[in-house]
Formats: sequence, structure tokens, C-alpha cells
Amino acid sequence: MIRKVRSHIAQDEPLVFELSSPGKRGYQLPALDVPPVDAAQALGAGNVRAVIEGFPEISEVEAARHFTRLSTWNYAIDLGMYPLGSCTMKYNPRANEAAAAVEGLAWAHPYQPEDLAQGCLEIMARLEEALAEITGMDAVSLQPAAGAHGELTGILLVRALLAARGNPRRKILIPDSAHGTNPATAAIAGYEVENIRSNARGMIDLEAFPNQVTEEVAALMLTNPNTLGVFEVNIARIAEILHCKGALLYMDGANMNALVGVARPGDAGVDVLHLNLHKTFSTPHGGGGPGSGPVAVKRELEPFLPVPRLKRVHEAWRLDYERPQSIGRVRAFYGNFGVLVRALAYIMACGPEGLRAVALDAVLNSNYVRKALEPHYDLPHGEPSMHECVFSDQRQARRGVRTMDIAKRLLDYGFHPYTVSFPLIVAGALMIEPTESESKRELDLFIEAMISIAREAEENPELVRTAPHTTRTSRVDEVTAARRPVLRWRPEQ
Amino acid sequence: MYPEEFRYTREHEWVKVEGDVGVVGITFHAQQALGDIVYVELPKVGAQAVQGKTLGTVESVKAVSDIYAPVSGEIIEVNQTLVDKPELLNRDPHGEAWLAKIRLRAPEELGNLLTARQYRDLVAEES
Amino acid sequence: MRFLPKSETERRQMLDALGLASAEELFAQIPAELRLKRPLALQPGLSEYEVLEYFRQCGRRNAAGWPCFLGAGSYYHYRPALVDAVVSRGEFLTAYTPYQAEISQGLLTSIFEFQTMICQLTGMEVANASMYDGSTAMAEAALMARRISGREHVVVARSVHPEYREVLRTYAHNQAVRIREAPYEPQSGAVNLQEAAALLDDHTAALIIQSPNFFGVIEPLREAAEAAHRAGALLIHVFTEAVALGLLAPCQQADIVAGEIQSFAMPPSFGGPYAGVIATREKHVRQLPGRLVGQTTDSRGNRAFCLTLSTREQHIRREKATSNICTNQALVALMATVFMTVYGKQGLRELAEQNLAKAHYLAGKLPRRFAGPFFNEFVARCPGRSPEAVNQELLGKRIIGGLPLGRFYPELADSMLLCATEMSRREDMDVVAAAIRGSEGGRQ
Repeated sequence: MIRKVRSHIAQDEPLVFELSSPGKRGYQLPALDVPPVDAAQALGAGNVRAVIEGFPEISEVEAARHFTRLSTWNYAIDLGMYPLGSCTMKYNPRANEAAAAVEGLAWAHPYQPEDLAQGCLEIMARLEEALAEITGMDAVSLQPAAGAHGELTGILLVRALLAARGNPRRKILIPDSAHGTNPATAAIAGYEVENIRSNARGMIDLEAFPNQVTEEVAALMLTNPNTLGVFEVNIARIAEILHCKGALLYMDGANMNALVGVARPGDAGVDVLHLNLHKTFSTPHGGGGPGSGPVAVKRELEPFLPVPRLKRVHEAWRLDYERPQSIGRVRAFYGNFGVLVRALAYIMACGPEGLRAVALDAVLNSNYVRKALEPHYDLPHGEPSMHECVFSDQRQARRGVRTMDIAKRLLDYGFHPYTVSFPLIVAGALMIEPTESESKRELDLFIEAMISIAREAEENPELVRTAPHTTRTSRVDEVTAARRPVLRWRPEQ
Repeated sequence: MYPEEFRYTREHEWVKVEGDVGVVGITFHAQQALGDIVYVELPKVGAQAVQGKTLGTVESVKAVSDIYAPVSGEIIEVNQTLVDKPELLNRDPHGEAWLAKIRLRAPEELGNLLTARQYRDLVAEES
Repeated sequence: MRFLPKSETERRQMLDALGLASAEELFAQIPAELRLKRPLALQPGLSEYEVLEYFRQCGRRNAAGWPCFLGAGSYYHYRPALVDAVVSRGEFLTAYTPYQAEISQGLLTSIFEFQTMICQLTGMEVANASMYDGSTAMAEAALMARRISGREHVVVARSVHPEYREVLRTYAHNQAVRIREAPYEPQSGAVNLQEAAALLDDHTAALIIQSPNFFGVIEPLREAAEAAHRAGALLIHVFTEAVALGLLAPCQQADIVAGEIQSFAMPPSFGGPYAGVIATREKHVRQLPGRLVGQTTDSRGNRAFCLTLSTREQHIRREKATSNICTNQALVALMATVFMTVYGKQGLRELAEQNLAKAHYLAGKLPRRFAGPFFNEFVARCPGRSPEAVNQELLGKRIIGGLPLGRFYPELADSMLLCATEMSRREDMDVVAAAIRGSEGGRQ
């Protein structure tokens, strides 16, 4: 039987452990220029391990082939569009990679003397400034490692400010359209979550809202534009209502791509927000991370920002640890510096005009797709869309085809699916965000694919329900994976 | 489908009274709505259940649902088979896949629950 | 702007399809008073060359290429060339989180391999697909221990990395977790186990010990685990130098292992991005935060991988989630996977042995502060002058010395923490030793 399977170019590829055999090596260390040391003597025999059982032993060639083959099984932005809502899967410029790889930056030690780290500190200072300007806020911390981390930091800042004023309060208000990290963050920060219902327009109900803002409410966590891709037109009024009651407005900046250069959250009354550098600011997702989640605040929250802060002293940048009101550290060292470099490189390449053009094209692309799909998919909210639009599977559901099925069928057309079943307030949601990185050609191909699938759902629902048909693996059994988790390789398998 | 001798909650749990003990579980409609069940979090034996309060959770791949106690009382037994075979809940939700046995503290609470016919009506409404 | 793939003609076509005169009209729903009336006050966009030149200049100001004897949670190790060749492939670099398993098998497979290798190294049964870094991994491990034990407080050794302890405090503060610190023994540099044990009570969820600790000293993990278990608490083993795992025996009695794997092919990069891990016993898997990849089959019966046990995570549990973490450090974890594969069973051992030899060579020439066994870091006393003064002299010779400890441990203000790895050269170590001893020798 031939080993080559399926219609895929790469061989069926075993795991590294399965490729191993004793004595194969992929490395070579230089000879020691100092005397070797007997480990058992130096560390105590009980502290020295036996061989690392099961660890791979393969040559460099096999390693190179193994990982290269694996890579060919992945979809990626470099291959095509990801219409994932609220993910902002835009092009990752390669210049950013070159910038991050500069030796003096990549090999800088976080504890090296500040006089020899001025290049790094200046980069951070410039990025802080740029992000403050883009968001209309007064101060920025680059420490949080990811969006969710930035959110947590933001809510801790809220708590610290309110505690300093006498009462940290008990509740955080969160719209039912919010991303799951919002309530999770609030809970970890020690707050109770109270859900706010969206009105028929998918926005916060301004009638009901003031009643929910009691003296027990610390803040509202708002995503703007919200997860329906709709701009909260009443945001300034919402901020006022909160401020009157001594509460704060936190904004989840995941959807900044619709606003850069057009509007600034700080101007609308937002007190604290986080940004996702791996979304709006083009740093690569890398399969799930690393990201970076800077936090931007208004003046009154500045004293509470994570320590250390950058400070200009004479002609140099210094790290200031004298921050008695700070919430402390949210991680060791200063932030995902390598990611910060990439974001700054992007901002420098775009400039003010380029950033504004990003928002314009992002919103244009999303509306273009929306218009073309409206005759074929159910649109639950008629409000104008910004950089993303949300449909539902109601029409297709009558034929037994659900959003997950449509998503899987999209794989057969060579696209990554949109965001499935989110936001939760739309049953059977299809959340589409093309980003500005898509050409008209790519958008037209996507539209064609979606229209074709809508037709298939009518004429041949079974085809859609059992999709995908042409990917390397067919639909995987997630149920068994959850019922009987196998989370590591073992030799007996 | 829905046994006459059971009583039902609006949150889709059932209870079957056997003497002074209530055997509880989730209904056919509940497991159907959840899809393939992958995990069940059962309460601890000896803990106190309170009618209407969370008893445990049931998980599918993409969702977690709270299970609410239909009756109050001490939990005297839980169905350990569900730990290894959560799929039983899909297969036999009214029988083999009972969740827990509760010693009834307040049998009059049963009056708060729905009969089989009332529950059937509820399910028809929600669909 | 070269990142926008549309010509004016195409924009025009699209606007026509929408019946609009300009894209500006699409922002009409934003109240006028909120719309910017001026361009952002940023420098105009630069060409690629200009951007890169800026960063190169920044890099040049940073002592690139100087021998460096700093460790303390961020380590200089050689990065095999294959690492960048693999991670710079667009299919890894620009891929999204593998929620759609059918088109992410490459990524999922490599994460499964990663999880396996971490288990093999730590002696644990299950490992997650990485956390933000070692410090947050430690904090999350503490919260995990709380959930598992049902108890609220933790005891942490003072010989754990100071910044890690700060992060723990930040996380703990909002969850009403009390932290007690156990001192270290001035002789050995290891945790004072007796005092640590005395701090444990029946409200203690976990005892947290780092080994090798911040001073590079190997801690008595087994005894610490016994003390913790006697008090009904869990033992959390923290590590910052992953290369040590190549040589040091894993502690089989540990309940949770949390650490930093930056040493496996992530450049120091001024503090990030790094990757943390948490590994534990299978019975605790549902309390484990972060992503997990599991093995399964597709509908044709072929082996496949997918993200699993997602119901622990924020997007499903929302306020009941085990953590709010959303990303894992996939790309840098992939660097680690390639690194671990390239070095492999023999290589990681040999690498660790070289580190041991280098550091012991340097330590052999110096007055050591602590007598405990150490791996590739140790604390040296600076006789006669301050560690800062020693470092000044070394900078004059274009060498970055160790970390003066006064900023973290005032009682150790006369000492510095030195790290030597396989990248440290004998001649540079000789210069460092001479400077610390205060002799006039310099380079021989």
C-alpha cells in the first residue's frame, strides 16, 4: 500500500517522537573551553535526572521536513482572507519582522544598564506617545501581554482609583453582546458581573441604562463599535451617566480598526481602554500569540498604572519604580517588547494618513460584503455596520443548515470561516470582518462563495451539513476529544 | 416520552420520588438542546441541595449549563458512571443517566413543580 | 499606502455598488462632535528603508554583541538557525488560533508535540499550550491551587524571583488571597524549610518554591512537597531557566509545575515576548487555565488534533472561567518546540552540562555568597567595592556583568547574581573574575 494519502501534497507526517531513533542528532555544541563538571558531584546524585524518557532524537533534516510539512497543513493570512469578526486579521508586514530581529533589540537583556538600553526605552516611549494620540488618552502602559491581560489591568486600575476614593464598589456592567473575556476579567478582578441587555438596535438601551448605574457599579465595559459592528452612538451620554454616579467607562479596544484616525475613544469620555496590537496594529497572530494588550488611561488613572513607568530624566529615558499608588506588576519585565517593535514599525510606516485610510477601507470592505450578502442571508439588525457585519443562519436553518455548517463548507472554497455563533445575542450568528487588507478581487471571491453556499443550502443541504470535503482532514470529532481527552503522546499509542 | 410519575422544573430537570428520596436528572429536551454531552460536574455527597439553586453543571463541546436542584435536601448519592460515560445523558436521560439522589427535606416543594403534561406543554411552547 | 490592496478605480466601483459618493459617508452614524477634525499628530508615513534604519539605529545604541553575564529570569542561549526558518514561514507566522481544526492541523500537531515534551521534561502528566510568561504562569498556578484545594492562601519562598512574587501579589490582591513569604537560609541560599513549614496551616492552598531559585541554588523540592502535603497543601514548583530541566531531576511529588521557557530559542528581547507553561497531574486538568490540544480522529478515522476542554475557557464560561486568558504564545512556543526537537534527548542534556561547567568554572574563581548546589547562576560577593563599581569597570571593557542584588535584596547589596551559559567564553569569564576580585590582571 502506498504511504501517500489523500489529495494533499505533503506526506502523512508522524509526530517527532515517532520519527525518533536512538543516537540521531540535530545539534552540535562547540567543545567546552572549560573543564567539564561531574553533575552528580556538583548537584548531588539525587538531583540529577535520568535520561529524558521519550524525548525526540531526530536529525536536522528530518526536523526541517517535519515542521515544513506541518506548516503546509495550515491556513494563514499569507494564503488568504480570514473574515473573522473582531479579530482584525490584517496583513502582517514583513518589515515588522526585520525590525524586531535587529540584533541590538532582539538580544537586549531586560536588566541591562539603562544607559545601554536607550534604544529600547525610546521605542517604548514613542509607541506610548503614538497610542495615546491615536486613542485620545493621556497615558499608556505597554506591560500587559495580551488583550485579555490588558483588560484585567484596566479593571484593576478602575478598582484602584475607586478604592483610593473610598469605595472600590461591587459590580461591573457588561453588555450581553460582549466577548467572553470581559465577564471573565471582571470576575478575576473580584467584581460581580451584571448583564445589560442590548435594545432592538443592538446598542445599549438608554432608557433602562441609568437605572442600572447605581452607587454599587464601578464601571461599564463597553466594546465600541460593538460586536455587531455597530457604533454606540450614545457613547458620550453613556459616559456622562456613569461619571455622574462616580463610575467609570472602560472600553474594549478590540474594534479600533474601525476608528483609527476617524474618532478617538478619549474624546467620547472613555476613562480607560485596552488595545490589541495583534489586531489593529498588524502584529502577527502566530497561531494564537504572542499578542500585546497596552492599556491607555485618562490622567486621573495614571498614578495607578503598572510599575515601572518610563520617565525622561535630562537627556535619557529611565525606568521609574517610585510609584506608590501603582497596582503593581502584571508581569515580569516591561511588556512583549518584540511585539511593541512591530506595532511601532507599522505605525511609522502608515503615518496619520495611512492609519485613517485603514479605517476607511476596513469599513468600506465590510459594507461592500454586507450589501452583496443581504439578499441571501438574514440580517438581524438594520443598523449601519462599521468594520464588521453580523448575519444569522435563520434562512438556512429552515433547511437544517446551521452557521457551523456554512462555515465548514466555506473551507471547501478555500477560505477560513467567519466567526461562528458569536455574538451570543444573535442566534446562529455569522460575524464577518474582512479588514482593509483584502483586495476587491478577494472580496468578490468571498461573496461568490457565500452566495454559492446559500444556494447549496437550498438545493443540497446535505452537502453543506457534512462539509468540509476537500480539506486534509474531514470534520474532527471534538466530542470524543472532550469526553476522553488525550493531551500528550505516549509510546504505547 | 415524559414519564407521568416524574415532576419537572422550568429549567428542564426532573425528579422521581421514591419514598423520602428524590432521584433527579435532566430531561430529554435538555440533552437534545445541549447536543453531545462531554462532561458532567456532580455535586458532592453530603452537600445540601436547595430547590432552584445550582446543583452541578453539564457540558457540551461548546457550552456549559447549570443544573438546578428540583428539590431541597441532603445529597445521599451521585451517579459515578456519568464521570466516565457522559454520553449516557444523551442516551437515557430519564433512566440510567440519573444525576443524584436527594433525601427530601421539604416534600411540599414538589407542589412547585410541573406535571408531565405541563412540562410537555412548556417544551412545545419553547420549540 | 502599500498595505492597502485597492486602486482608486476599485474603491470607486465598490462605492458605486453601495450608492455612495465617498467612504466618509459610512461614518455618518458617528456623532459629528466625536469625529476627528484634524489628522492624527503623528510623523508622516515612512518608507520601509527609513523605518528599518530607525530601528537599526536604536539597536546600535544598545551594546549589541557584548558578552553578558545577566540571567535572573532571562537567559542567553544559542538559537539554532532552523528555529527562525520554521517560524518565519507564513503558514505559522500569520496563522490564527486553530479553532478550525481542519485547516490548522500543522499548528495543532506542533502544539501537541509541545505539550508532550513539557510533560516529559517536568515529569507531569498534562501540560497546557503555554501561558503569557513564567510570572503569570506562577500566578495562575496559585489560583489553580486555590480552586483544587478549596483553600485561600499561599506561602511563597523569598528565593523565588522578586518580580514573579510582585505579579503574584497583584493577582492575589483582588482575590483576597493572603501571601506569606518564607525566608531563605543565609548559608545555603535555599529556602528555610522549617520556617516555610511553620507558615503552612489548614488555610494554605499551596507552597511555592522556585528551583533553581533566583540565586541559582537548587531547592529541596521533595522535602518541600512533603511539608506541603503534611499540611494538606499543594506544592507548586516554579522554574525560570528551562535548560536546567535537561539535567535536574523532576520532582515527582510536585502537584503543579509552572515556569518560563524563554531559554528554548526565544531571544531575550528586552523582556518579551516569552512563554510560560503550567503542567500538572491528569486529575487536575479541568482546573488548568490556557489552551489545550487533544488528539482525536476525523470522520474518516484518521488521527487529527483539535483544541479541547474549551469549556474551561473564557469564551464559554464567561464569568465562571478558570482564567480570562485568551491567547497562548503559539509562535514562541513553536520556537521552543523546534529547539527541543533539534537538541533532543542527548542534546538538551549536553547543553545543560555545558552550562553547569561554564558557571562552575566562573564560580570557582570567586567568593560565592551561598554554599548550596547551583546550576548556571550563582551569587558572588564583591570584596572591597560595590557590584555597581565592578560593572562600571567591565563596561569599560565592553562586557556586561552580573545583576547587583541590592535592588531586590538590600541585605545582599554587596553581591551580584552572575549567569554563565554555553555562550559564555572562558576569556570573558576570566576578565569578569578578575574585575570582581579586584586584581589588576585584566585579560591574560
